[in-house]
Amino acid sequence: MAERIVHEPTGEDFAALPVAERLPAARGAVPDAAPMVEAEDLARHFDVSRPWLQRVLAREPRRILRAVDGVSFAIPKGTTLSLVGESGCGKSTVARLVVGLYAPTRGRVLFDGQDLARARASAAQRRRMQMIFQDPYASLNPRWRVRDIIAEPIRAFGLVRDRAAQRDRVAELLTHVGLSPLDGEKYPHEFSGGQRQRISIARALSSNPEFLVCDEPTSALDVSVQAQILNLMKALQRELGLTYLFISHNLSVVRQVSDRIGVMYLGRIAELAPAETLFTAPRHPYTRALMEAIPDLEMTGRQRVPVGGEVPSPISPPPGCPFHPRCPLADARCRAERPALIPARGTEETLVACHAVEEGRDGDPATAASARALA
Amino acid sequence: MAALLEVRNLRVEFPTRRGVLTALDGVSFDIAAGEVLGVVGESGAGKSMTGAAIIGLLEPPGRIAGGEIRLDGQRIDNLPYERMRRIRGKEIGAIFQDPLTTLNPLYTVGRQLVETMQVHLGIGAAEARRRAIGWLEHVGIPAAAQRVDSYPHEFSGGMRQRVVIALALCAEPRLVVADEPTTALDVSIQAQIIALLKRLTREKGTAVMLITHDMGVIAETADRVAVMYAGRIAEIGPVREVVKHPRHPYSVGLMASIPPLDRRVERLAQIEGAMPRLSAIPPGCAFNPRCPHAFDRCRAERPELLEAGATRAACWLYDPASEKHVPESAIHG
Ligand SMILES: Nc1ncnc2c1ncn2[C@@H]1O[C@H](COP(=O)(O)OP(=O)(O)OP(=O)(O)O)[C@@H](O)[C@H]1O
Ligand SMILES: Nc1ncnc2c1ncn2[C@@H]1O[C@H](COP(=O)(O)OP(=O)(O)OP(=O)(O)O)[C@@H](O)[C@H]1O
Ligand code: SF4
Ligand code: SF4
Ligand SMILES: [Mg+2]
Ligand SMILES: [Mg+2]
Repeated sequence: MAERIVHEPTGEDFAALPVAERLPAARGAVPDAAPMVEAEDLARHFDVSRPWLQRVLAREPRRILRAVDGVSFAIPKGTTLSLVGESGCGKSTVARLVVGLYAPTRGRVLFDGQDLARARASAAQRRRMQMIFQDPYASLNPRWRVRDIIAEPIRAFGLVRDRAAQRDRVAELLTHVGLSPLDGEKYPHEFSGGQRQRISIARALSSNPEFLVCDEPTSALDVSVQAQILNLMKALQRELGLTYLFISHNLSVVRQVSDRIGVMYLGRIAELAPAETLFTAPRHPYTRALMEAIPDLEMTGRQRVPVGGEVPSPISPPPGCPFHPRCPLADARCRAERPALIPARGTEETLVACHAVEEGRDGDPATAASARALA
Repeated sequence: MAALLEVRNLRVEFPTRRGVLTALDGVSFDIAAGEVLGVVGESGAGKSMTGAAIIGLLEPPGRIAGGEIRLDGQRIDNLPYERMRRIRGKEIGAIFQDPLTTLNPLYTVGRQLVETMQVHLGIGAAEARRRAIGWLEHVGIPAAAQRVDSYPHEFSGGMRQRVVIALALCAEPRLVVADEPTTALDVSIQAQIIALLKRLTREKGTAVMLITHDMGVIAETADRVAVMYAGRIAEIGPVREVVKHPRHPYSVGLMASIPPLDRRVERLAQIEGAMPRLSAIPPGCAFNPRCPHAFDRCRAERPELLEAGATRAACWLYDPASEKHVPESAIHG
């Protein structure tokens, strides 16, 4: 009979793995659970000035790029927060800040109530957080065999007793992500783009993390393998209480996995809402524009409406509300005063940074939502 | 209409210590000038490999072991390296799946665009720089004039992806092989890139081979679609037919796995099992261990592409001579 890798990965299988260290008590998605991660006024700026001499000769000022500029959120344990937003708006930078790969220019991150920098100093704490990178190839060591890449965290954190247990664990992880244990012998360049992505997912799962940052984890995967990975992630969350920070451009995928969604615009959060609310009653004008731009699978001939206007530069962001040059509701106040992220009138669970919503001149949200339901 | 690109019985092999692996086997298709052929399928099915074979950049030890590739009637699969290098870039533009491998980290993005245009279009440095900024604007890089002198690592993932797109298009090639050009992009920029590709096909008659997992992009952009599985084409036909009324059981499973946008589901549909490894492709139809309709013939004989209504599918269900010939309605019903 042909080799057949029929395996339906579930959290149960994962729980049954021969791992020495088991996660603490499994925990469902308790809404009021203590936060696993909190970001407080997080900012990261980059100096993108030209080299000193050129700059002085051309009498140019320093150029500071505000990739992330004042982002706050909390992710309760066992839940998923997703970040969406235009390319370049700062999502990957937030991801890197949250796992400590970048030091913040301002603000701080708390990991399970502890300052992140302190937590990172301890191996036991580092094991609890892992990241799946947007660029899978760049994050895999090309000279290592796949089995060693996946086993590295297991070894580094001393999670198994012996080599046999380590081999079994790597085999299980490869099977979970739809590859074969035999694939462990190969090198990263021998795999397709989506297969590499799955290797980096297996690696991230290998240390039994409790908090996983996933930066575009499934964008290189075909829809069937994507469904397999998303089902696995959901099962792990249900049964082991994993917490996720999830980044994706694919709004259908985001809808399937998120408890809450943060919409970012130019380094800040424009809207933060429960997932279903965001889709049924988006409030920020940018969120609404984003929903209009989703590709249409029904082939009804509906024209996609790209968000109009120029994408502004994070080097010289517009004053006031950063969305004002593209916003149909912008007025004088928008051009002068930066809106704060506050509960939205009408949908109180939604936090939104928009003067029009605060002033009630964004159209009645209830009417707008039912109009969409009819359409 | 004569095809701009013709691929006939393409076979790609990888000699390894454990024997020769066949990554592509009997792949045939055409793309006409001004046409967009979408290519979808299982991760690892051979989509990127097909693109790499066309642009003459198979990674050694991979090699074309059979078949022909013609551009405008002229064979390009057996050209000496230098000839092919000139065709690539000038006649064929390539957008790779992994933007970091295309961009030189030591050069600014502007310099890379300028050099490409100077080599292939024979224009002066000032003109090339002006156009470079223009291309960055076309692909939606904000403040292009300010950022043209940035290095690739100073751009976000999606911005690098757009630079790669600009590099592939700036020499105005007649065929563009685009491997996952929009996966790192948000829906709005994606719409802009697709509009740009569509405009090039319409106005310049550019032919596009568009490899992507994003069915929304396929539905919007492609004229025809090829579905690949385990190194072969499982189904090929007009986009609407393949996406809305797939005939091959693998295509049916693939389309059913698309996550819904309008609601949240507890568990997403997925095709059970995994694609076979190249070293263990089952005899007969490669999909048979996962196929809900498999019957004896599927395990013994390999199906070629057969007429299946408006599309062609490599599946014995569509052979009137099979003992289990199922009308297409049975698959969908
Ligand atoms: N190391 C760096 N040096 C300079 N600028 C940077 C650096 N890293 C990121 N940036 C800039 O910060 C901004 C945000 O980048 P980031 O990678 O966070 O975006 P993103 O939201 O993840 O985008 P994408 O969806 O395209 O991946 C971009 O303008 C980018 O050019
Ligand atoms: N250098 C290599 N040596 C051996 N096998 C390889 C090599 N490169 C690729 N392969 C194999 O060839 C097959 C086809 O790979 P290809 O990159 O074309 O897949 P793909 O369809 O583009 O997948 P994805 O959607 O994941 O990008 C895969 O099974 C891969 O493992
Ligand atoms: S604050 Fe003003 S400019 Fe900004 S999104 Fe709201 S209405 Fe538009
Ligand atoms: S040939 Fe047989 S196994 Fe293959 S797809 Fe058709 S029915 Fe299924
Ligand atoms: Mg990113
Ligand atoms: Mg590929």
